[in-house]
Amino acid sequence: MLSRDDVHRIAELARIEVPEEGLAALQQSLNGIFGLIEQMRAVDTAGVEPMAHAVEVVQRLREDRVTEADQHDLFQAGAPQVEDGLYLVPKVIE
Amino acid sequence: MFDHTLPELSALLRDRKVSSEELARLFLARIEELDPALNAFITVDAQKALAAARAADARIARGDGSPLTGIPIAHKDLFCARGWRTTCGSRMLADWVAPYDAHVVEQFDRAGAVLLGKTNMDEFAMGSSNENSFFGPARNPWDTSRVPGGSSGGSAAAVAARLVPAATGTDTGGSIRQPASLTGTCGIRPTYGAVSRYGMVAFASSLDQGGAFGKSAEDLALMLGVMAGFDERDSTSIERPKEDYTRHLARPLAGVRVGLPKEYFTADLAPDVAACVTAAIDELKRQGAALVEVSLPNQALAVPVYYVIAPAEASSNLSRFDGVRYGHRAAAYGDLADMYRKSRAEGFGPEVQRRILVGTYVLSHGYYDAYYLQAQKVRRLIARDFTEAFKACDVIAGPVAPTVAFPIGEKASDPVQMYLEDLYTIPVNLAGLPGLSVPCGFGAHGLPVGLQLIGGYFDEARMLQVAHQYQQATGWHRKAPPGYGA
Repeated sequence: MLSRDDVHRIAELARIEVPEEGLAALQQSLNGIFGLIEQMRAVDTAGVEPMAHAVEVVQRLREDRVTEADQHDLFQAGAPQVEDGLYLVPKVIE
Repeated sequence: MFDHTLPELSALLRDRKVSSEELARLFLARIEELDPALNAFITVDAQKALAAARAADARIARGDGSPLTGIPIAHKDLFCARGWRTTCGSRMLADWVAPYDAHVVEQFDRAGAVLLGKTNMDEFAMGSSNENSFFGPARNPWDTSRVPGGSSGGSAAAVAARLVPAATGTDTGGSIRQPASLTGTCGIRPTYGAVSRYGMVAFASSLDQGGAFGKSAEDLALMLGVMAGFDERDSTSIERPKEDYTRHLARPLAGVRVGLPKEYFTADLAPDVAACVTAAIDELKRQGAALVEVSLPNQALAVPVYYVIAPAEASSNLSRFDGVRYGHRAAAYGDLADMYRKSRAEGFGPEVQRRILVGTYVLSHGYYDAYYLQAQKVRRLIARDFTEAFKACDVIAGPVAPTVAFPIGEKASDPVQMYLEDLYTIPVNLAGLPGLSVPCGFGAHGLPVGLQLIGGYFDEARMLQVAHQYQQATGWHRKAPPGYGA
């Protein structure tokens, strides 16, 4: 079961602001979901290989050649704030 | 005209009985008149559509057409289409215009299909009812107070209402098959790796797969023929020869072994749905299929496993939405971390936030082994169940959803109730297998019920054969919702 502190901690990791007034309801719905998930924790999986992918394939490699064109303007057209080809964000280093 | 299947429309276009421009105008007019009550579309662009239709007409006149040339289609708003608003049903991307085409979009373009618009969906493909859309719920044309299913609810509703002859969707836990079942349309999710995910905004990368809606198994075969194929830009795309998915359609069912998992017919399945699915299975037997009881012992673990893996992968995939390079940025914030927190809290709806938080937890230090790794191990057990079952049968048959379409709002208060809608579809995604839904009758309140067929890896043609043969003998797939048919 998640505590209020757990919810705060995960919200911080996920970089999602959770307002105080919504915390209890969120905690309750998350605990409901974890109640559902609990069922799979008890299964004996000793010796079972984890399955990350549906089909047995290996990552393909390609030649280390430049194949993309510079489309700066096109890709930055949908950005919140840009200047001189740079994305603008609040200052990080004082 | 709007009731025709893809081959019927294709023949009319080829024989010049109708032009692509006329078809586009016809469907655009239907959308304008009927979509306000359904909210199946987020974006419609008549100008772009008519330009594409005129180009298709020129191609047909040159004798240069293919089965989808000149046919109006819609794309689920999860597929990036260059120059089109691509929202993923979310406030996060509500005004974002895609600068490139998804592979799937390119394929339909190349085939000469005519894109009319982008369809409504649960936000970032997370949901089973299309109620989680920033743009409002999509509605079921059979009863507009009810859900069309999700997450590809808009595409399902659009095809059911004959607003478009066919549409694309995506299916991560059932998001094509379940809406197809609830709207009386046909929907297919191919084998993982068959359809390129390049330009298909990622929800859960090991589970996502693009697929299609149509009004018949043959429609699905034609749509898949356009969509499927190797794409080097998707590292999970499987390199294999191009297939003609229509090649087995006409083969009779004699000798085909249909597996019936004994774990399916439990108290979770509503009796009205069970009756329709049982009748459909009886029809397959009548046509000469051999029914074989099989077992999927870990069936009940599929939903819990999925709700570890899918949220985990979603938390990773959606971390890119931070208000920096694209998407919603909060209007007011303090430092950079505050900008991230507020942009994401404002941009994502409650279900997306819940899943990101669940995913973050199960991947976090101290919990990864107990949750994510364990879930991946149980996933292998579930996949093995299918491999074992397919030793005794060629296709597996069963229900798609436990009930018919439910009223909008009925399951909104408890996420877990909603998650249980997908108990029959989720195992297929976990195993990476192909699955489809075709209409097989009507249940409670006269609402559609779907029959699910599950195939072995890359055995879509056989699944489609069984579906097509079933449809030749029954007429469920030709039934349109009252007020939307010919």
